[in-house]
Amino acid sequence: MDYFLFSVAAIIAVVSAVLVIVQRNPMHSALYLIITLLCIAVLYLQLSAQFVAAVQVIVYAGAIMVLFLFVLMLLDQENPIDTPSTLRYQNPVAAVMGLLLLVELLFLSARAQPPAVLTSGAPGSSPGFPGSVESVAESMFTRYLFPFELTSVLLLIGMVGVIVLAKRKL
Amino acid sequence: MTLTGIAEFIASFFGLPGSSSVWIVAVLAAAILLGFMLLTVLILIYVLRKLLGKIQARLGPTRTGPKGIFQTAADALKLLIKEDTIPVKADRRVFIVAPILVFVPAYLVYVVVPFGEGNHFIAKDLNIGLLYIVAVSSINVIGVVLAGWASENKYSLLGGMRSAAQLISYEVPQALAVLGPVMLAESLSMQDIVKAQGEGLFSWFIFRSLPLLGFIVFLVASMAEINHVPFDLPEGESELVAGFNVEYSGMRFAFFMLAEFAASFTICAIAATLFLGGWHSPIRGFLDNGWWTVFWFFLKSSALVCLLMWIRATYPRVRVDQLMEFGWKLMIPLALFNVLVVGLYVALGKGG
Amino acid sequence: MIAVHHYIFLSAALFAVGIYGVIARRNAVGVLMSIELMLNAVNINLLAFARYVTPTTLTGQVFAVFVITVAAAEVAVGLALVINVYRNMDHINVDDINLMKW
Repeated sequence: MDYFLFSVAAIIAVVSAVLVIVQRNPMHSALYLIITLLCIAVLYLQLSAQFVAAVQVIVYAGAIMVLFLFVLMLLDQENPIDTPSTLRYQNPVAAVMGLLLLVELLFLSARAQPPAVLTSGAPGSSPGFPGSVESVAESMFTRYLFPFELTSVLLLIGMVGVIVLAKRKL
Repeated sequence: MTLTGIAEFIASFFGLPGSSSVWIVAVLAAAILLGFMLLTVLILIYVLRKLLGKIQARLGPTRTGPKGIFQTAADALKLLIKEDTIPVKADRRVFIVAPILVFVPAYLVYVVVPFGEGNHFIAKDLNIGLLYIVAVSSINVIGVVLAGWASENKYSLLGGMRSAAQLISYEVPQALAVLGPVMLAESLSMQDIVKAQGEGLFSWFIFRSLPLLGFIVFLVASMAEINHVPFDLPEGESELVAGFNVEYSGMRFAFFMLAEFAASFTICAIAATLFLGGWHSPIRGFLDNGWWTVFWFFLKSSALVCLLMWIRATYPRVRVDQLMEFGWKLMIPLALFNVLVVGLYVALGKGG
Repeated sequence: MIAVHHYIFLSAALFAVGIYGVIARRNAVGVLMSIELMLNAVNINLLAFARYVTPTTLTGQVFAVFVITVAAAEVAVGLALVINVYRNMDHINVDDINLMKW
């Protein structure tokens, strides 16, 4: 059953990821990206990372994708100017690079001799609900407090930068 | 008879393996919730029209059935058999997906609403319950924005833009206001939050630590989230015709309506759960078990629903700039202040 | 039975698709979306290894949250840049943003 769920979510995720790339209309790309992100959230749930799954939906679906849609509406890309690319070799090169990377990654991870821990199924749920909000919060606010503070500073810098960039008159 | 029992019966009746009963339970629960959702919406629309009529010194619907009780059913039937038009210039794919993206989150929220005591009255008591609600309800923004964009209509585009700004701005105070009960109950599970308020009226989270503030911030922010009246800018009839859903008709329009009314019930239910003691009775130990808990829950949530309807009848619509200023300059600071005070309350209470 | 391999294959596929998109797409917003795909591929890996290798410490999950935060900041700044470019050049075609080229 788990395997079935995983395969469905993974296949939908990859297919809609491909559709994100090949769509002409950026609005449709955004729609398929949303599907990919939701499928990935399902996979997170399977990895017993409930908190990260919730954060994925809240941040990606609730904030990032809305930002994308908002900007796309603002730029009014309904009639994308279909100028021929100035860099003609770009598409084939990109395809080759992408495929090469994929083959390389698959080859390496298939050839590697992983320790037995990795090839067996997921270890049973360990004590203290891994992935529950409490346990994530505990490690985030104790061991990883400094990176946590750094991300908050990063967000502040990002906010200031966005306001400077996007506001016409300060 | 519990749902599991019914599911096992069905499984054995059709000769399915025992492991499939989990899935039958899920399907049954989903069907029950869907039926319940449709029922609440039917009742809600009727009560709304009657109540608005009373407040505005009118009669409301009177013709269909005794006192007009079949009016909503008739309207629903009309919507279902109406022609479902898609504008020629609209983006078909997005136009079709948008109502679904609005409807499904409104429906999914019902999963974690605790209608009463114990596991019979909640579809699934998730350990990230409240986070689940915030996550699921953040999806419907996308549906509204896409509906506005796909219709290829200036009014609906404006409505979509407005709703993107509005829903994103008010998601922040809503999520922050929710933190108060979470900190007091030290859990995100809805049943745990209700259980932490079991000591009668004054243990309800609305009266604990900083009275009323968190509740008011939550209710106002949620009203903005579901485009309820003082904040119904995305669809404001008098300025944007009907905003993001101008071009929708028939079934698809019905989806938007359903989602809107279902959401106005769920936010009242969630507000009752988080701040008004959920299914607990106001007096400790008084009729506080079994089906009575369902009664208390619906009493509280319908009181809140009526409050929302009263507000709908009373206040004029705010302007866009007022909306943004109100959200960012008042609601968010207040919500942060609430979090600070509740945090101090909890920390000091623990320390001694 | 799902082993860690499956997750790695999935994330490799997503990452490759993302890198193709970053190179091939000419719409700046499309490029940003492809970057999102790549970040998500990384996150899948982080969570899968956190689940299979260190099921008791939650390092992977914590860092996945950090990655999501960074992604949010990145998208905000990126889209602000896109808006600025659009204001100045009336398009967001990354191939034609070559004013600084001599």
